[in-house]
Amino acid sequence: MKPTTTEFKANARVALDDAQLQRALAGLPGGLVAQRTAARARLPEFEALRDVGRDIRDHALAHLDLYLEEWERNATAAGATVHWAETAADARDAILAICQRAGARTVTKGKSMVSEEIALNGHLEAQGLEVVETDLGEYLVQIRGEVPSHIIAPAIHLTQDQVEADFRKRHTHLPKDRVLIEAATLVGEAREILREKFLAADVGITGANFLIAETGSTIIVTNEGNGDLTQSLAKVHIVITSIDRVVPTLEDVSSILRLLARSATGQEFSTYTTFSTGPRRSGDPDGPQACHIVVLDNGRSELLGSELREVLRCIRCGACMNHCPVYTAIGGHAYGWVYPGPIGAVLTPSLIGVKQAGHLPSASTFCGRCEQVCPMKIPLPKLMRHHRETEFDQGGLSWSYRKGLALWGWLALRPRLYHLASRFGIAALGAAGRRRGSFRRLPFATGWTRHREFPAPQGRTFQQLWAEHRAGLPR
Amino acid sequence: MSGPLSARPRVGLFVTCLVDLMRPSIGFAAVKLLEQAGCEVIVPAGQTCCGQPAYNSGDRATAAALARQTILAFEGLDYVVAPSGSCAGTLKAHYPALLSDDAAWAGRARAFAERVHELVSFLVDVRKMSRVEAAFRGRVTYHDSCSGLRELGIKQQPRTLLASVAGLELVEMAESEICCGFGGTFAIKYSDISNAIVEKKTANVANAEPQMLLAGDLGCLMNLAGKLKREGRAIAVRHVAEVLAGELAEPPIAVAN
Amino acid sequence: MTGRDRIFAKIRAGLGVTGHDQDRQAAAARRIAASRRHLTPDRVAGKSHEQHMQLLRGFLEGQCATVVEAASAKDVPRLVAKYLRDTNLPMRLKVGADGYLARLPWSTEPALELRHGRAEAGDEVGLSRAMAAVAETGTLVLASGADNPVTINFLPETHIVVIEASGVVGTYEDAWARVRERFGARAMPRTINMISGPSRTGDIGGKLVMGAHGPRRMCVVIVRA
Repeated sequence: MKPTTTEFKANARVALDDAQLQRALAGLPGGLVAQRTAARARLPEFEALRDVGRDIRDHALAHLDLYLEEWERNATAAGATVHWAETAADARDAILAICQRAGARTVTKGKSMVSEEIALNGHLEAQGLEVVETDLGEYLVQIRGEVPSHIIAPAIHLTQDQVEADFRKRHTHLPKDRVLIEAATLVGEAREILREKFLAADVGITGANFLIAETGSTIIVTNEGNGDLTQSLAKVHIVITSIDRVVPTLEDVSSILRLLARSATGQEFSTYTTFSTGPRRSGDPDGPQACHIVVLDNGRSELLGSELREVLRCIRCGACMNHCPVYTAIGGHAYGWVYPGPIGAVLTPSLIGVKQAGHLPSASTFCGRCEQVCPMKIPLPKLMRHHRETEFDQGGLSWSYRKGLALWGWLALRPRLYHLASRFGIAALGAAGRRRGSFRRLPFATGWTRHREFPAPQGRTFQQLWAEHRAGLPR
Repeated sequence: MSGPLSARPRVGLFVTCLVDLMRPSIGFAAVKLLEQAGCEVIVPAGQTCCGQPAYNSGDRATAAALARQTILAFEGLDYVVAPSGSCAGTLKAHYPALLSDDAAWAGRARAFAERVHELVSFLVDVRKMSRVEAAFRGRVTYHDSCSGLRELGIKQQPRTLLASVAGLELVEMAESEICCGFGGTFAIKYSDISNAIVEKKTANVANAEPQMLLAGDLGCLMNLAGKLKREGRAIAVRHVAEVLAGELAEPPIAVAN
Repeated sequence: MTGRDRIFAKIRAGLGVTGHDQDRQAAAARRIAASRRHLTPDRVAGKSHEQHMQLLRGFLEGQCATVVEAASAKDVPRLVAKYLRDTNLPMRLKVGADGYLARLPWSTEPALELRHGRAEAGDEVGLSRAMAAVAETGTLVLASGADNPVTINFLPETHIVVIEASGVVGTYEDAWARVRERFGARAMPRTINMISGPSRTGDIGGKLVMGAHGPRRMCVVIVRA
């Protein structure tokens, strides 16, 4: 997916003016946020588990090479073929080659953010393959020609009305006068259509939430069962995943799974948690005949030795964006690339560079809610600040902003001069603002005054008044 | 050095640049409360800004220089108290990280951070105040500023003291813990998004039907007061210290004299 | 140098390690061999088997499965037939080669038709046996293979799962112990499905709808003796 992260401000403006989107986003606080709060309340061990999860992920990352090797050994022993992809292009090419060797015409897909990252669908479609997203939310965005706007609820930006309109437009083989009022009817319609695709698929592609070193397994987590139909019915199962997903043991992943669904949707556990190990065994009446696992790096290995390593702990639950005031205001598309919200604000510049994606970590108030809800305790604001430091060092900020900041810093480091200059400045500003109590317009703060009054200062500085107070003068 | 409760501790007031420049009456309210709590208040002249604007803009060098200046200015005092969760958070949680690589300053920064407190949490948690002598007749709602809440655990303390203000009726607004959209430079750099966030906040404030909105951070308060006024809502906005200290002679934020 | 080599070289460079540190390798090997459990949730820790059974039932029902208890194995065919009749479903089941299911007295319900093998499009009801059921979240554990083909779990609109009381455990970790007992340490069948209810989605306007792609309905038969 081609990033539009440099147009973040314009994208955000469009999102803020989009009434349908705003209606959809308004559902977040009462929905996913409330659900997570309730799930956390039902599990007294929730906070202790966050420490456990963080430690498991940190340990795995510190031994990533060893656990990946162990995982590869066991996956291969179970009959899977493991492909290592340094770049997005390597991954795309590997997957296309597998599909072509299998003579594939129809490919079904479970949800995979890594597949978005490598822009897989377009690559396969350009070679004449039909690619069908089977996760309902992914299907909804696919038929609109859009990309997901959330990492676990891809169509969270859509209202039911929009889905009905899309189905009518797309499913032209069905009677025009059919009633599509109920969400259940819409789901039923998608079920019928996608059922045919599951059965026709030559290749099924899924992601992997985790890789288990001790058994060579991959895990997918769904509520719909689409991932299972995708991987069980086709002749060939392809897993597209990344190097940071490996976890040592089944016990380790059990602890992490206790946090995943609760953090994502507020469920105790996802409806379907599936551990897959290789292709079908002799004697199995079903299951894929071949299993290929494509493991992507795409810049993650470089993060290991950097100050950004902690971002690799992410288990892609989406809690951070559900709780983010910025995400809740603008939705996921405004972020301009695969990963939105606070995790996107850290991961996107980590993978595509601060020059391209500097807006994302800058557009945060550092309210800290993301870090507070992250099941892996990723210090997201700290990592965003790291990107801001990189951008500053690279000279990325606007000239006027840098100059203003430099002037402020220069003065602030000279307290006597600062106190003297501020007396004069504040006296002038105070006088100008005295009549109304605030400014409707301020030349150096138009961003502020476009939407708000700028309160007038009281007119004297505290340091000035304190000095007078110490000298015995009345206030 | 004097001890915490028995003797009269020497408290350095970290004024904060916003209070210093925009609303000194908050500083005087803080002094009054600290003196009521039995402290001697000193206001070091060598302080200007905690460095948060530089720190959050990625200018680590300037932020570190301001950190050293601040630490120096407050040397020799028992406590450092700021009427702001975000400034106190910077001093307490971030100065040690900022200077961790500086062999000469890392230890000093950590020792400094131990003495730092936000004003209301200092009064309640350290000085063990449970009530104030002030009176205020009216319905009040309280915004939980992000840094104070999440970095310093300030939640119950202002409510404890407000409960003791004679005549004051505290009503909680919905989503009091959600960000107001200020975020320092964010409000100017990403003003449209900031506006969308503050609009949700002022709607929640208004729905609680208060006469007054309080919080512990002047940045949040200026943002909220500025928006409420532009929306034409007649809700007075003050820093919580002003009400707790009975320092109400000056008009509320953004209100003319 | 292959892509794989380059990736591992970058990983090792980032971690500041070589591939040859014996201590590190031993630590990783020990970690895997230990199968160390972390925290066990209070809701199942130290609770009795009966309490586990109740938790299992409560969670499954809360997750929209129907739960039926059979006093003994010989009651299962009758209860399955009753469920299908009550739910207005055809009396036709697709089932795998599972020995326990095969030995149930199906002749007591002559109206029930059992067909064997993997599921196909058009199969309306599937019957499986779970190898374990986890009380902490109402989660059934099913292993793929000829006994209980995976497609039976997902293709038919209705899924009936039989679990013996002896298979009900407290935690996921307890279930993994059962898996290791059955398949051997580090060994897994092609698929282990952990299933906590019928298929569902919230993707349309946030409204919860059952039967997204997998089964619309699930009936769990717990066999006490």
